[in-house]
Amino acid sequence: MSSLRRRLSPYFLLGPGTIWLVVFFVVPLYFMAKLSLESGTVGSLEFNWNWSNYSEALSEYDTQFVRSFIYAGAATLLALVIAYPLAYAIAFKAGRWRNVMLFAVVAPFFTTYLIRTIAWETILSDESPVTEFLHAVGLAPSGHILATSWAVIAGLTYNFLPFMILPIYASLERIDVRLIEAGKDLYASAAQTFLRVTLPLSAPGVVAGTLLTFIPAAGDYVNAQILGGAGNRMIGNVIQSLYLSQADYPSAAALSFVLMALIMIAVVVYIRFAGSEALMGEDTV
Amino acid sequence: MESRGAQAWRWLREHAVNIVAALVVVYLLLPIAVILLFSFNDPQGRYNYTWVGFTFEHWAHAFSRPELNEALVTSLKLALLATVISTIVGTMMALALVRHQFFGRRPANFLIVIPMATPEVVMGAALLSFFLLIGTFSLGFETLLIAHVMFCISFVVVVVRSRLIGFDRSLEEAARDLGASSFQTFRLVTLPLIMPGIFGAAMLAFALSIDDFVISNFNSGTTVTFPLYIYGAAQRGIPVEVNVIAMILFFFTVAAMGFATWQQRRAEKMASVRPEQEAGIGVPAGAAAAT
Repeated sequence: MSSLRRRLSPYFLLGPGTIWLVVFFVVPLYFMAKLSLESGTVGSLEFNWNWSNYSEALSEYDTQFVRSFIYAGAATLLALVIAYPLAYAIAFKAGRWRNVMLFAVVAPFFTTYLIRTIAWETILSDESPVTEFLHAVGLAPSGHILATSWAVIAGLTYNFLPFMILPIYASLERIDVRLIEAGKDLYASAAQTFLRVTLPLSAPGVVAGTLLTFIPAAGDYVNAQILGGAGNRMIGNVIQSLYLSQADYPSAAALSFVLMALIMIAVVVYIRFAGSEALMGEDTV
Repeated sequence: MESRGAQAWRWLREHAVNIVAALVVVYLLLPIAVILLFSFNDPQGRYNYTWVGFTFEHWAHAFSRPELNEALVTSLKLALLATVISTIVGTMMALALVRHQFFGRRPANFLIVIPMATPEVVMGAALLSFFLLIGTFSLGFETLLIAHVMFCISFVVVVVRSRLIGFDRSLEEAARDLGASSFQTFRLVTLPLIMPGIFGAAMLAFALSIDDFVISNFNSGTTVTFPLYIYGAAQRGIPVEVNVIAMILFFFTVAAMGFATWQQRRAEKMASVRPEQEAGIGVPAGAAAAT
């Protein structure tokens, strides 16, 4: 009796959450798949294996797809370059400043995403000191930053930066300091110790951070909408406007699936390449 | 003897990481400073983009815009409900995943990870497709709540699970040896010890929900949340009160986080009052808290 109860209790505990995720995440994906193969508009939608939604979506919006992946890739790289030194400093050098610095990392989350992005619109506007400074040192030759690719990439980098910092910090913090000391004994120079000991040991954090930054960045449309111009639309903008303004549900559904598939492929290839299994949350119990 | 230049160079090299880190901290906080600064702005037109002059006007009348207040109340209600539901459901899932070995664990893990790896726009679009085709839900508060609970669950599971993994089971065994029932053990030992994790997860869920724009934009119907109000207002100029309320929310969150940290310290102290620790038996409580 009690062993049966013990055997069933995990299913009882998992039940409500699993049902919620299946009904409101998995099933909706099925409905979207169905929708992506239909033709017609609201009220007269008809399922007829309309694969042309996919081919048309891809040929019509290929620029936005490519642009999304370039922007997201650039933002991810920039975020990595910015995040690593901070994560390193918090883990090894911050001392009593550690909590203050960790607070600074999560503080942006305490203000609404949209307001943060609108604040960047102010910071990067033509009259702002930041723009004037960048113009003066020759980094913004035209005197404008808003409505350029750089504005969108800067917004993406900023908004997803904490997702890069926190996993890297977590993996650095877990490193046994004695390994680094041993490395110093063996390799003499600080740079070599870093390259051969610290960096490889922080790889799981880097992999997790790049994924957590790249995935939301590739699907984002808020930054492109607020900071970008007509020539900076990303695939998220297309999906959003097809769904919400033009009510072209089949095309929008097809685009969503292609986006999800492309991201999945990118993630799988990347994980194979990086060879990390620490991401799936295994080795519990 | 080192020359002055060499000395400065050495100092710079030793502190390079700290200097870069300080710059990144400034970068992270810059937009927040801008939001705060512009909450004291006195713009002449509808647009609050350029600095005009200092005023307390908008702080004094923070709640003077009925639609904004309504949106804020909707967001708070939604976030509270979504937090309560997702925290309970997610904590149960985390307990099952960490404490039990059972058939179907891998697919369950997968089901929890996959929503976090899906772009929000895809989740929003999929849910909208579902609601449109199934027809039983009318878009509004109800569909928003469904969506918010859905995307919060995974995060709750991840946070609570990390707290459970470092958990010292010998504390529970001690309670059982002393005659506590399994429910008593859970209520009096397990729950207080994982409470900081649950509280942290709840705070994360609340933050995710109150901040969500993309998924809400797809599934809100005519219901307006705080982020949706801002989005709508962005076209015709955002009132300064938005900055004020954003800052009020910011300070409340900071206070809540301070409280959570304090609570966690307390739980750590509670777990560390044990004689075995000196003898080196079992996992030290500090290690449990660190994970």
